[in-house]
Amino acid sequence: MTQPARHAAMLSISNSGSNLAAAAEKQQPAQHLHTQSQSSQGLRVPSNRKTIYDRHLNRSRNAELSRASFAFLFAEMVTYAQRRVTGIQDLEKRLNEQGYPLGLRLLDLLFYRTMSSSTSSSLSSSSTSASPPNRPLRILPLLHLIHGPLWRLLFNRPADALEHSVSPETPNEYMITDNDPLVNTYISVPKEMSMLNCAAFVAGIIEGVCDGCGFEAKVTAHNQPTEMWPGRTIFLLRFGESVMEREKVLERAGVK
Amino acid sequence: MSSATKASRIGEELWKTRVDKVNAELVTLTYGTIVAQLCQDYDGNYQDVNKQLEKMGYNIGMRLIEDFLAKSNVGRCANFRETADMIAKVGFRIFLNIAPTVTNWTSDNNQFSLVFDENPLADFVELPDDGRAQDELWFSNILCGVLRGALEMVQMQIEAHFVSDVLRGDDTTEMRVSLVRYIEDEMPPDEE
Repeated sequence: MTQPARHAAMLSISNSGSNLAAAAEKQQPAQHLHTQSQSSQGLRVPSNRKTIYDRHLNRSRNAELSRASFAFLFAEMVTYAQRRVTGIQDLEKRLNEQGYPLGLRLLDLLFYRTMSSSTSSSLSSSSTSASPPNRPLRILPLLHLIHGPLWRLLFNRPADALEHSVSPETPNEYMITDNDPLVNTYISVPKEMSMLNCAAFVAGIIEGVCDGCGFEAKVTAHNQPTEMWPGRTIFLLRFGESVMEREKVLERAGVK
Repeated sequence: MSSATKASRIGEELWKTRVDKVNAELVTLTYGTIVAQLCQDYDGNYQDVNKQLEKMGYNIGMRLIEDFLAKSNVGRCANFRETADMIAKVGFRIFLNIAPTVTNWTSDNNQFSLVFDENPLADFVELPDDGRAQDELWFSNILCGVLRGALEMVQMQIEAHFVSDVLRGDDTTEMRVSLVRYIEDEMPPDEE
């Protein structure tokens, strides 16, 4: 539980002010970049300067694409991952890892947008605390950020529920519920793999957001079907001990 | 009305009325994480990454054509030029909300280029600065596979590859598409 957040390694290699930059694209390849190409002349850019640095980050804010395209890509991603793993857990781990870098980047994007939009209505309207849109210091504002703005950015609606574990033994466990996860809409899981939940990808995104905020956590996706919502999925967030200790300190200090 | 304008209208109409939408950034980032994963799995061997992306695209294309036909309800194209317009103005509109320009036809009407002003798959993308990626990786190569897979299902064997990409520092993003042959109907064995 005390291992450093995964993104520590990634932050150190992120270069040239890549904001949300480079999509997930360069997470790994970028690693040899610092060692190898210190002396290289850098990337070529088109003469008309159609680069990510010249385009507004909000350009795609309200853009839409076909849901089918997402379904095709996601299905291909799962199929590809499936060929390289030994079991369900392994597969979910891999999907989680593919979502993780998205979380890190979406976090920056979220803050950038909530701060730059003068009304900042998107954040305050959902979050019950009237906190200004800066980085959450406590667990609850972080969870609201995930439940509201993050979900809305990804799926155009907030998540369906947010709960705290009732067991006194696991005060570090929180649950976010999605009654009908978009990512699973077009996935049919074979009977023998009924434990599998491909929303592990989304769990990875959440984990990236938590880690990016400095809340070390493990996030997993679980099937919790109800009669009305056969695809209902619970995202279980388990925060690390260090986070829980800090939480107590902050509580005593009256930080919200 | 030229077949291109007609196709544009069909495409836009379909995009507005028949297409279920999702946030564009979710798609963009999901594609990005797929490519990043491949770069990692193939240890930076970008030729292999290109090939794998093409394969994934092929798998998608074979299924995507069904969706395309069901949504568009268009009939058989009279010739390859019409096919090109259909791909650029209807296909790309439905699935990526873009309409690349069809240009640079060869005189035998068997080869054309698609020039992309916009490419949602490549939003937010910068290739790794390792001195190789900009020479070897075709980031959006999945699209070549999609075209190959989709057209194969409607009896056209084609070959598609990118010849330039703004991500590589080129001024345009251009894909070259060549018709190899029309696949003859293979009649199923006679039942009688």
